[in-house]
Amino acid sequence: MGQRTPLYDQHLALGAKMVDFGGWDMPLHYGSQVEEHHQVRRDCGVFDVSHMTVVDVSGPAAKAYLQHLLANDIDRLQELGKALYSGMLNSEGGVIDDLIVYLTVEGYRVVVNAATRDKDLAWMQAQTAGFDVQLVERSELAMLAIQGPHARAKTAELVSSSRAALITDLKPFQGFADGDWFIARTGYTGEDGLEIVLPRDEASHFFNELVGAGIAPIGLGARDTLRLEAGMNLYGQDMDESVSPLAANMAWTIAWEPAARRFVGRQALEAQRSAGAQPKLVGLVLEERGVLRAHQVVRVEGIGEGEITSGSFSPTLGKSIALARVPANTGERAEVEIRGKWYPVRVVRPNFVRHGKALI
Amino acid sequence: MSNIPSELRYAASHEWARLEADGSVTVGISDHAQEALGDVVFVELPEVGKQLAAGQEAGVVESVKAASDIYSPLSGVVTAVNDALADAPESVNGDPYGSWFYKLQPSDVSELDKLLDAGAYQAVADADA
Repeated sequence: MGQRTPLYDQHLALGAKMVDFGGWDMPLHYGSQVEEHHQVRRDCGVFDVSHMTVVDVSGPAAKAYLQHLLANDIDRLQELGKALYSGMLNSEGGVIDDLIVYLTVEGYRVVVNAATRDKDLAWMQAQTAGFDVQLVERSELAMLAIQGPHARAKTAELVSSSRAALITDLKPFQGFADGDWFIARTGYTGEDGLEIVLPRDEASHFFNELVGAGIAPIGLGARDTLRLEAGMNLYGQDMDESVSPLAANMAWTIAWEPAARRFVGRQALEAQRSAGAQPKLVGLVLEERGVLRAHQVVRVEGIGEGEITSGSFSPTLGKSIALARVPANTGERAEVEIRGKWYPVRVVRPNFVRHGKALI
Repeated sequence: MSNIPSELRYAASHEWARLEADGSVTVGISDHAQEALGDVVFVELPEVGKQLAAGQEAGVVESVKAASDIYSPLSGVVTAVNDALADAPESVNGDPYGSWFYKLQPSDVSELDKLLDAGAYQAVADADA
């Protein structure tokens, strides 16, 4: 038996097919993954993401510590409530995890992945050496993501007036506390929406209210196809400790300036950058019938080979799409081997759907 | 609880087979199979005229989740395939016993007797769940 979120019994009551995800028993879908996917793109749905790990960082050296720990620079967080996406790298420049940091009144709130919790916490603790900083894991909190074009409006109707005002006023990539809730306008779907961190013992009641208001529960299956369409990486699949952020479409998350900031992994990344020729993570589109899957081989004529890191059927586009790591000088065409046959694919920017609209 | 019609025969690999009045056999996948696969998005069918042996790979079902081979429950020659599945693969989820995959002219119709009846297949499906 895996770990359970406070909503486990409700998932079962809603007919969820449960699967193991990083040691947690989580809902894969509640009937149809494709229907749930459309529900989020067209209206809104609620995800139980209580398995994710919330860590609060505080103390006089909190900022200096995070500037050392992360490849992105939290000095970019100039206003209270702003959020930043970053990789946390090892000294070889490999990605230990990807995460979000919010600037809070008390310090910083960091949200890391569930499957990487143990190694993340151990690494983060080890890196505190020499910094006057406190890390507190907030395992007494649950987390719900409400995503879709109507997510904010529908959620605002179910909460107190102060929380409703906060939800209405939030800018994208911003999050603030209201009492013991933390409400952020962030997500993993490519749609507008919210991520709400709240006490575990309030999660069940709030989840029921959301579902009762017609905000459908959405499983991890649709979460995966939604994030894939949005071109967002999944840790452990599109990148891991053996992969440089330069080869994972995460170059934009590396803050090279100021040059004096010696974050963990910087030296390795600088060496990779000057050596050049890192492979790149691109999007693939299969125009024929079939489904691209992780680990299928990609062939680029006259250039070399690569590999699909995430692939599935895109419900929004009605065809298969993938993320693939390919040689740096790959052009607009490639081929993928599916069950012994080679299929032509289009190579595109890894961003297929945003706000319900096809981008490719 | 999946639907297992008693008039059909089943392979342990989750295909169903139905003997038609003209002596041909129609093949599809069971309700239990479609439920385990999840949303079906693509079906690869055998070519008409292909000679299949019992247990041989006859095609592929791709769901959002994974690709699964389908195996011919009987030996014979493929006489027809259900082209409607190309445009509506999701009908396999909605109507697994109406959404047939292919028909074959069996080379030995007694092979049907080696397949599972509904009760025996129920036991297979239960063990799978």
